[in-house]
Amino acid sequence: MSKTVEITKEADQFLKKIEELSGEKITSCIQCGICSGSCPMINEMDLTPAQIMSKTQLGQEEELLNSKSIWICASCFNCKVRCPRDLDLAKVAEALRQVVLRKAVDKINIDAISPEEMMELPQIALVAACRRLTN
Amino acid sequence: MAMKLPYYPGCTLKTKAKNFETSTLAVAKELDIELVELPKWNCCGAVSSIVTDDLMHQLAPARNFVRVLEMNKSGIVDNEYRLVALCSMCYNTLKRTNLLLKNDHEKLKTINDFMYLEEDYNNEVEVVHFLEILRDIGFDKVKEKVKVDLSSLKIAPYYGCLLLRPKEIAIDNTEDPRIESDLLDSLGVKPIDNPFKKMCCGAHQTVQDKYAVARNTYTIVSGAIKAGAEAIITSCPLCAFNLDNRQREAKELYPDFEGVPILYFTQVMGLAFGVPEEELGFDLNYNDPRPLLREKNILK
Amino acid sequence: MDEKKNKQRIGVYVCHCGGNISEVVDVKKVAEEASKIGDVVLSKDYPHMCSELGQQMVINDAKKNNLDKVVIAACSPQFQGPTFMKTLEKAGLSPYVLEMANIREQAAWPHFNEHEKATEKSIELTKMAIEKARRDEPLQKGEIEIGNRVLVIGGGIAGIQASLDLADAGFKVTLVEKEPSIGGKMAQLSRTFPTEDCATCILSPKMAAVGDHPNIDLKTYSEIESINGFLGNFKVKIKRKPRYVYEDKCVACGLCEEKCPVKIEDKFNEGLSQTKAIHIQFDYAVPFKYYIEESPCLRLQYGGNACGLCQKVCPQDAIDFDMKPKYEDITVDTIIVATGFDIFDAREKPEYGFGKLKNVINGLQMERIIVKAAEGVELKQLGKKVAFIQCIGSRDKQIGRPYCSRICCMYAIKQASLVKKMDPSRDVYIFYIDIRAFGKSYEEYYNRAQELGVKFIRGKVAELMENPDNGKVIVKAEDTLNRQMIQGEFDTVSLSVGVGPNAATDKIVNMLKLAKSSDNFIQEAHPKFRPVDTLVPGVFLAGTAQGPKDIPDTVAQASGAAARAIALMNQGKYFFDPMYAFVNSEKCDGCELCISSCPYGAIKMENGKAVINAAVCKGCGVCIGHCPQDAIDMNLYSNEQLIAEVKTALESKKEGEHRIIIFADDMTSYRLIDSVGTAKMAYSSDSRIIRVPSGGRVTADLIVKSFYYGADAVIVADAEEKSSPYSTSKTEMFRNIEIAKKILTDAGIETDRLLGMNFVTVMLVAFVKTVNKYDEMLNQLGTISKEKREKLMINLREKLFGVKHE
Repeated sequence: MSKTVEITKEADQFLKKIEELSGEKITSCIQCGICSGSCPMINEMDLTPAQIMSKTQLGQEEELLNSKSIWICASCFNCKVRCPRDLDLAKVAEALRQVVLRKAVDKINIDAISPEEMMELPQIALVAACRRLTN
Repeated sequence: MAMKLPYYPGCTLKTKAKNFETSTLAVAKELDIELVELPKWNCCGAVSSIVTDDLMHQLAPARNFVRVLEMNKSGIVDNEYRLVALCSMCYNTLKRTNLLLKNDHEKLKTINDFMYLEEDYNNEVEVVHFLEILRDIGFDKVKEKVKVDLSSLKIAPYYGCLLLRPKEIAIDNTEDPRIESDLLDSLGVKPIDNPFKKMCCGAHQTVQDKYAVARNTYTIVSGAIKAGAEAIITSCPLCAFNLDNRQREAKELYPDFEGVPILYFTQVMGLAFGVPEEELGFDLNYNDPRPLLREKNILK
Repeated sequence: MDEKKNKQRIGVYVCHCGGNISEVVDVKKVAEEASKIGDVVLSKDYPHMCSELGQQMVINDAKKNNLDKVVIAACSPQFQGPTFMKTLEKAGLSPYVLEMANIREQAAWPHFNEHEKATEKSIELTKMAIEKARRDEPLQKGEIEIGNRVLVIGGGIAGIQASLDLADAGFKVTLVEKEPSIGGKMAQLSRTFPTEDCATCILSPKMAAVGDHPNIDLKTYSEIESINGFLGNFKVKIKRKPRYVYEDKCVACGLCEEKCPVKIEDKFNEGLSQTKAIHIQFDYAVPFKYYIEESPCLRLQYGGNACGLCQKVCPQDAIDFDMKPKYEDITVDTIIVATGFDIFDAREKPEYGFGKLKNVINGLQMERIIVKAAEGVELKQLGKKVAFIQCIGSRDKQIGRPYCSRICCMYAIKQASLVKKMDPSRDVYIFYIDIRAFGKSYEEYYNRAQELGVKFIRGKVAELMENPDNGKVIVKAEDTLNRQMIQGEFDTVSLSVGVGPNAATDKIVNMLKLAKSSDNFIQEAHPKFRPVDTLVPGVFLAGTAQGPKDIPDTVAQASGAAARAIALMNQGKYFFDPMYAFVNSEKCDGCELCISSCPYGAIKMENGKAVINAAVCKGCGVCIGHCPQDAIDMNLYSNEQLIAEVKTALESKKEGEHRIIIFADDMTSYRLIDSVGTAKMAYSSDSRIIRVPSGGRVTADLIVKSFYYGADAVIVADAEEKSSPYSTSKTEMFRNIEIAKKILTDAGIETDRLLGMNFVTVMLVAFVKTVNKYDEMLNQLGTISKEKREKLMINLREKLFGVKHE
């Protein structure tokens, strides 16, 4: 069940890319887990917020970008205000999302929203969703 | 003497959350504040762009600052560079952009150069939330305008995320905010403090994953009810939608769940000031608060 | 005019440093170039100067060749300076005729891939050292009388230990403690880790010994009002706060306490119980006497005939409501600062509900609960499920406390073990980020706690909520080892709060002008080699005032501080470095401008002339820039010496080259630059470093003359204010720079070429970036024309002081 992960040079490239895009020193994370404890969407996530930081350090690109966690993140910044190393995990999550979105991938399907729902949703919800989940 | 302040409504306050705007304008008038809508304002983008290489999405908020300069120049307001926002998301997005430009002269220059058809922005504007204006005037002044007895109402404050996080833009202590409770106190309402007042409602996830949001709705609303709340106030149309409309989905998930009305804080102010019911727009609230208010003899 | 023409005999040694220098620098060439300088009678290179053989060689050479001065081109003087100074003493020379050229940290190491430039720089640095040595005087250490009186500030375990060590050695100790009893925080503890022996049992005998000792004058409920003076002559004013009870009459019968109607929160039990307005601080207080808390006492608040019951019932007539504070003046020779710590106030992190949720307590409250439980008193019901949350107020950038408080892992393990043993059916959990069990038997103790059944969960708890139905505390965290969220309801949650310096420490720091480290604790003179000294001679540190530590380390440090004080006082004389300033009374015209410039009050007027007290003078040199008559100078960094160094640094500059002169303060910037060299970080090899005692020593005159003699840029590097031993250096440095900038502007020279900057010893990158930035700038600006440089010197005295100099 447990697979041994190779330590590769490419892993470091991915880490550097995310560090640059987010502007955060991801290697400073001490894995305390307070971000996970602060996250309002934690019950919806597969990878915990702390896990997102450790997997980014290991450069596990595929697993991260395919996780549910980064897409269900609500950008509430609770992780950021609690982090004892003053890291902004919300920015890291956004950077990870952008890696996918900038490949012209959309993570919500507007067409799939029913007319009734469209009528009910306030436009603030649609604008925010399109900003965070589409290109 | 009327205070005239530039006011940024944001898209939703003109449609689904019109009641937030009408109730605010009415109570502002009572307090001798004229909120003057920003001419030619554009959508702020709802969320702040938080990656390091994206200046493009800072443009939309920044253009609104130029509009404030124009308001002053054309004499609509007199030497007033505070921009008042009501919607928490608009407040957060505008304020974060403003801070970014204040701290990075190169980015400011790039934006000014790009918007070459607009007047140059030089960090004149200060973004404030309406609650901050109330606090600045003094809640005792708010108390003076109270005409209706609301002491039988128990209302829980709710801040959501964006009024309090990140710390740079917070309108109060991020972990221990009091401003909404202070306001409710001054209105004669009993504030029901509870630990869920700053828990995120789930925000934009409501589009794609409404049950995820509904689970948060359940937690937040039940938590407030458990603490004794009969209603919850908010300052954001998205929070209002998630806490209000999504109570329907929450009932699907938790059949025993009984919700409570969700009100904009200015609607409560309006009730306290005796503002006519039509201006408070209760038709737009999903869970009708009127039965509760009639029960408490606050409405006829 | 400034060359010493009398014949001297200078010996020069160039060290290979086992390859560290010789692999980059052509050491033979350096020795050769040095031999060409006038008065150099001997110049050789050698593999290891600091070895026994190397040192012996210097001693033999000195005797054989009648050397007056010795120059050693090797590592940093910060490194082996003291070693070679001792070598010279053994050779019968004054240790102050030694100069070191720092060709390792400043040439071979940072310019490791520029061999030619490194050699060139080494030659220049050696020549600079020769010119400085040429002007050295064979000074000796100064000496003053020193007595046997010590002031110990703080009566916690550190102060107690230091006092006992000193008193037992025959020295006279005055121990001042602000609380009514000595004992400090240790008096509040239950048992101590890892042995679990009872804190009271090991502390009481020491407290009693202090109370009884003939050599200890114990002043409790007292505070330090002011301290003036210096080593051997500290003038201390002590405020004796009124107890309203006469200590010599009170027999502690307790009748007053019985009758007192005023109940107050018992601070000793951290607010978990109550006591009376008149009480004894705790059951084994020393002195074991009553005192009255001012603000709650009815008579003291309202006066007249209010209450006064205690006075009525006291059989000894010991109560006096009219007591006033008393002030006492004493003189001491040395001081030990042992002012202790405060725990972090968890209300600063509202998300943990401390002060709001009734079942959330802090580590010190847990301690009291455990102590009292052993006595059969239940201060609080702990219940069946207890959680400890670590790192509250430590390792947290959000609240400005990034450091680790060192003791919380161990005290939590201790408390967890004890409450588990009190009731084995209890569930006890510790939520941690790391377990730091660093000390002797600590890891074994941690293991025993695991075996006892204490559960360790690796995850920091983000916030605490109360279940409104039962008042229990809901704890949620990510178990980061198992990568799952876990949650539970606990009857009691204890926040393992960290530690920080307290208000008393801050007060003493300001009074003695001590330095603070970046974590706000008192800074020691050197983190490795002088951990109990401060940079103020005669003032030592002990205990948690210097940083978080456990009891063994505190006691060890206290004994260390006592030993240092004894070493200082034992010989009855104190010898000090002759690094002090002095006034040339012939030049002095009595204008008194220098008096206020001295932050230590070392300059006084005597018979119309300014005179500097060598023992009080700290050698910062800031007074020198204030004298319009050029009458003040100092040993070891004289005006002549600094100018000679500057000139020598610039005289070999070739056409098209440029030079950056960097004045670096000894304590901080010079060390920083050494660290940059040690880390092999490359920076411009066109830089020449000149060591100064402080940034404020660099007068505007010196800066202007540096430009005149050929500098293209000048950087004055000084210690950051907070960590500087010289309180006014930064202000003086910038004052001098402003004056120099005006003169530069007058001469048409860009003021960007002059920079004043403050550093801390860890700012390696900032230093390298700055120097390289200046290098870049000089590539653009080019050098300065001869005309402009000459213009600088016209009417210089007038420009500096606004007075015409005859």
